[in-house]
Amino acid sequence: MNGLRILAFIVVALVLQTTLARFLVRGSIGVDLVLVIVIYLSLRAGPTVGIVSGTVAGLAQDALTTGVVGIGGLGKTIVGYLAGTVGRAFIVAQPVPRFLVFFAATLIEMAVITGFHLLLDSGPPVVPVGAIIAQAFGNSLVGIVLFQLADGLPRIAERRRARSDRNS
Amino acid sequence: MALFDIRQRSGYLFLVVVVGHIILISAQVNSRSGVPLLQALVFGAFAEVQRGTAAVVGGARGTWDGYVALHHVHEDNLALQQRVRDLEVKLQRDRALAGESETLRRLLDLRDRSQMPTRSAEIIGTSATADFRAVTIDRGTSDGVRADMAVVSSAGAVGRVVMPSRHAAKVQLLVDRSAAVAVMVERSRAQGIAFGSGESVLRLEYVSTSADIVKGDTLVTSGIDGIYPQGFAVGTIEEIERSGGSLRAIRVRPSVDFSSLEQVLVVLAPPAFVGPRSPTGGAERRE
Repeated sequence: MNGLRILAFIVVALVLQTTLARFLVRGSIGVDLVLVIVIYLSLRAGPTVGIVSGTVAGLAQDALTTGVVGIGGLGKTIVGYLAGTVGRAFIVAQPVPRFLVFFAATLIEMAVITGFHLLLDSGPPVVPVGAIIAQAFGNSLVGIVLFQLADGLPRIAERRRARSDRNS
Repeated sequence: MALFDIRQRSGYLFLVVVVGHIILISAQVNSRSGVPLLQALVFGAFAEVQRGTAAVVGGARGTWDGYVALHHVHEDNLALQQRVRDLEVKLQRDRALAGESETLRRLLDLRDRSQMPTRSAEIIGTSATADFRAVTIDRGTSDGVRADMAVVSSAGAVGRVVMPSRHAAKVQLLVDRSAAVAVMVERSRAQGIAFGSGESVLRLEYVSTSADIVKGDTLVTSGIDGIYPQGFAVGTIEEIERSGGSLRAIRVRPSVDFSSLEQVLVVLAPPAFVGPRSPTGGAERRE
């Protein structure tokens, strides 16, 4: 996976996150599309891509907020590295393992961010446990859908191409 | 080259990126204590390492000092015990010196006030028997001390010289059974003679039956005996016994604590030249 594709994924995720995510769950942001993309890239391409994508996506996301730049980047870098390492060490090709990875990765990222805010005694208030669990579920579901789409779209395209070749 | 292929070294890359993030965060914010976050994190982590190391080293050192390296403790203990004993002796000596210096200061003050030729003396001995209440001083004829010279202290009259030798003298105390001193009541100027009883009190006699005298009156030397200068405290009337209209017995508590005398003054002026003391406490020479 080259750098441009990684960057394209991140930009799309950022755009969607900043425009559409607020409509997914009313009252709070239940899905972090940028995090979903980072985990997805990490599971697909390994820890190095996970680190790079996590760093770039996290810093970009931090830059679009009014908080401290680097905290989200650090959280996503850690998540990207761990998810990439898990993707290399284990076979994460079924929905349930993927769900668990997304779920755990979300908890880890929230733990890192919350820990930093507590350490700095600044920034937004600590997110309630219920909201964290809800976001972990949301991210996991969106992640599974993303994987299904990514796995299914090439097959659909191939089938269409084969059909058009027969018709012609 | 695989060595420089970053894809093969994701752990190093992860470490570098994490440190970079922390530096980035640290550049923007301070921790609760006000120091940059990077310093707080590094110092916090390093301080824990230092604390752990110090605990291990301290524990090992304590074990060594407390259990292994005890072979000199017994000798040290003995030396310290000896030092404590020496210091206790020194403390007693210093206390004695302090008391002595206080006594000397008072005597010096008395000499300045009395304006009489005096010679300070130290008590170097007491009488051999309890019946004879006397002390020995370290001044004698070589110092100008003669018989019947008055001996006083800052508290009042002490006694008179009864037996001078060349370098020492025996002083009869006022409480001696054969001692007497002419006195008067300081308040009413009533006169009498105080006799020693051989005990710790004096008897006041030869007091006029009409004399104004009450319990608690202070007696001072009247000077008419030709030995003691006028105005030195002798004692306080402790008890008055009356029989009918006349006085039967008057007990006087001496002003001087004879049991704790250490330094005294010998009045060198011949008794005939000892005059009454001035109102300020000094004595006037009778020329």
